[in-house]
Amino acid sequence: MAHRPLSPHVFIYRFAYTMALSILHRATGVVLSLGIVLLVAFLMAVAAGSESYERFVHFAGSVPGRIVIAACIMVFCYHLANGVRHLFWDLSWGMERAQARRSGVIVVVVTLLASALLLWVFLARGAMP
Amino acid sequence: MSDPARALSAVLGRGSAHEGAHHWRVQRLTALALLLLGPWFIVSLALLPDFSYVSVRGLLSGACNSTLLSLLIACLCWHSQLGVQVVVEDYVRGAARMATLIVSAFLHVLLAALGVLAVLRVAFAH
Repeated sequence: MAHRPLSPHVFIYRFAYTMALSILHRATGVVLSLGIVLLVAFLMAVAAGSESYERFVHFAGSVPGRIVIAACIMVFCYHLANGVRHLFWDLSWGMERAQARRSGVIVVVVTLLASALLLWVFLARGAMP
Repeated sequence: MSDPARALSAVLGRGSAHEGAHHWRVQRLTALALLLLGPWFIVSLALLPDFSYVSVRGLLSGACNSTLLSLLIACLCWHSQLGVQVVVEDYVRGAARMATLIVSAFLHVLLAALGVLAVLRVAFAH
């Protein structure tokens, strides 16, 4: 491993919530990578026929299943909303500190609203057929 | 990048692998595609009258939907692979890094293949 000078370590900076949002984008991304397994399992269950699909629905309706689905929904909403924020940054839009903080708040609000809606659709409305 | 020694030192972290721009670009491109395909799939599922086998299978069986769903899986796996690669490169050290990268790449391709195959099985079922 090459020995290069290390930039100042993250913990010397005063904490700002935009830091938490930043690392959360990574964390949610990794969780969503695991979520792909769930999506593929769902598709394979549908492809394999009604019996395997019923088994999937049975799991999805159980308490652990509901927790996993709820987590995936919230994590998906956050990663999507914050991803849009990143795309705007790539266009060098909204890079000022005040703008970045404001867009961070918008991302959190959008995440909460979208998650609430999707949680209602997929859990409260009844995932059971 | 024809010199193997140079390529090796690049991947061992001793210089640029000269793939950064391509990685960056594809990550954004797949993000843009997922921005359309992700909400499309979620909204399609949400608009189903119920989550019975018949309803869900009906959603997955149209030619248009199977195509979009296959693209969704491909973009998801590609985007995920690029993201996981960055995380691994940032946090995993030593020999474990290359091993993790290889395993990650294999798993992502496997997931993509299984997902698309499942969609095609539904699409081409009589």
